[in-house]
Amino acid sequence: MITKRIIPCLDVKDGRVVKGVNFKGLGDVSSPVELAEFYSSCGADELVFYDITASSDGRKLFTDILTETAKKVFIPLTVGGGINTVEDFDRVLKCGADKVSVNSGAIRNPDLIPRAAERYGNQCVVISADVKRVNGVFKVFAKGGREETDLEAVSWIKRCVDNGAGEVVLNSIDTDGVKGGFDLEMLKAVSDAVSVPVIACGGAGCAEDFLKLLKTLPKVDAGLAASIFHFGEVKIEELKKLLSDNGINVRAI
Amino acid sequence: MVSIVEYGVGNLFSLKSSFAAIGEEVRITGDKDELLSSERIILPGVGAFGDAADSLRANGLDRVLLKAADKGIPIMGICLGMQLLFDFSEEYGHHKGLGLIPGGVKPISDVIPPELKIPHIGWNALSFGEKKHPIFKNIREGDFVYFVHSYYGADCSESTIALTEYGAPITAAVARGNVCGCQFHPEKSGEVGLNILRAFCAWDGR
Repeated sequence: MITKRIIPCLDVKDGRVVKGVNFKGLGDVSSPVELAEFYSSCGADELVFYDITASSDGRKLFTDILTETAKKVFIPLTVGGGINTVEDFDRVLKCGADKVSVNSGAIRNPDLIPRAAERYGNQCVVISADVKRVNGVFKVFAKGGREETDLEAVSWIKRCVDNGAGEVVLNSIDTDGVKGGFDLEMLKAVSDAVSVPVIACGGAGCAEDFLKLLKTLPKVDAGLAASIFHFGEVKIEELKKLLSDNGINVRAI
Repeated sequence: MVSIVEYGVGNLFSLKSSFAAIGEEVRITGDKDELLSSERIILPGVGAFGDAADSLRANGLDRVLLKAADKGIPIMGICLGMQLLFDFSEEYGHHKGLGLIPGGVKPISDVIPPELKIPHIGWNALSFGEKKHPIFKNIREGDFVYFVHSYYGADCSESTIALTEYGAPITAAVARGNVCGCQFHPEKSGEVGLNILRAFCAWDGR
């Protein structure tokens, strides 16, 4: 049977992993290529590269790094950040990305998802949504979570899937960075509403949070996190062992 | 020299890189003479069956592949490339394939329980049955590979060399003579996938 996926996310700015990371035994690593190789060897099922550079010089550095990574790492790579046009899809897919995630770009341009899905297939298009509760309503935020939109999250995500998004990354702003666990209520609302894979993001503080997520919500397919992996608070091999010991089907390496 | 068939379908960067990573000389080509003089051929593919089959025919590559198969050159189809080896596909209509593997390509929704998601996307385990095909000599039963597909090879039990389980047994790989195919993506399946490509590169097609 298909396995649940564990996905580290690398925020990349000016060609380096933001903040850098410090692994015991690996020293200080801020090269995205090295980090990607390391995660792949630890059993990460997929990697997300998030481009947080604004400048065009930075963009070029980012695609160079993507190319370098895709030459060495043979697991699926998803790329996000600054994807506003079908040409942006083309730019990163040519450099070795397998999937492309869109966020603000899909809010600004409603044609982006259907056009990209038509050209590259639904499996290539990921809708990533930053969602926060506002007066008890799940609202979509744009621009990296800084700007509130008028969009109600569940209906927005459903519309994106109907338009051709083949996967959903749901990032809860409410739990992000709190390290108290994933936002199970929000994830349930979304995973009950769509029939494509849902990737949970925001809030994981320890390995048990992934176990609770996948035990409680069987419709969630994957857990994504950044800093807890980067700082070695959760080690992917140990996380997968914990999940496997508790009856969650994960890929052994 | 491994040749990856270029026919205007999909992105071949990772596939090419994966052969480079295992130290194989590799080129992407749609040239008839280059293909027929290759030691082995990879038929890639993503997207819809009908478009891909049309594109192969428009370039005369269907005949080149049949000739290569006839010459005994080891050929591996990957994902949609595997499906193209079959007699036909029912994806959006009825389309003729290369006919190198007997059987047809049908929607997985025909055989899997309705609550399972489509596409079948993610890592799933391989099982080999009684006899392990040479392309799997470097890997073990139960090893995981990466799948992304909504259609599958049906009525091909004679040629099936690996299955995976997704609410029902699903064809994961097929072979007949010097022609084989993987529904999954070896170039996205980590070390297991590279080990399958290594074994393919060591396979004499028998």
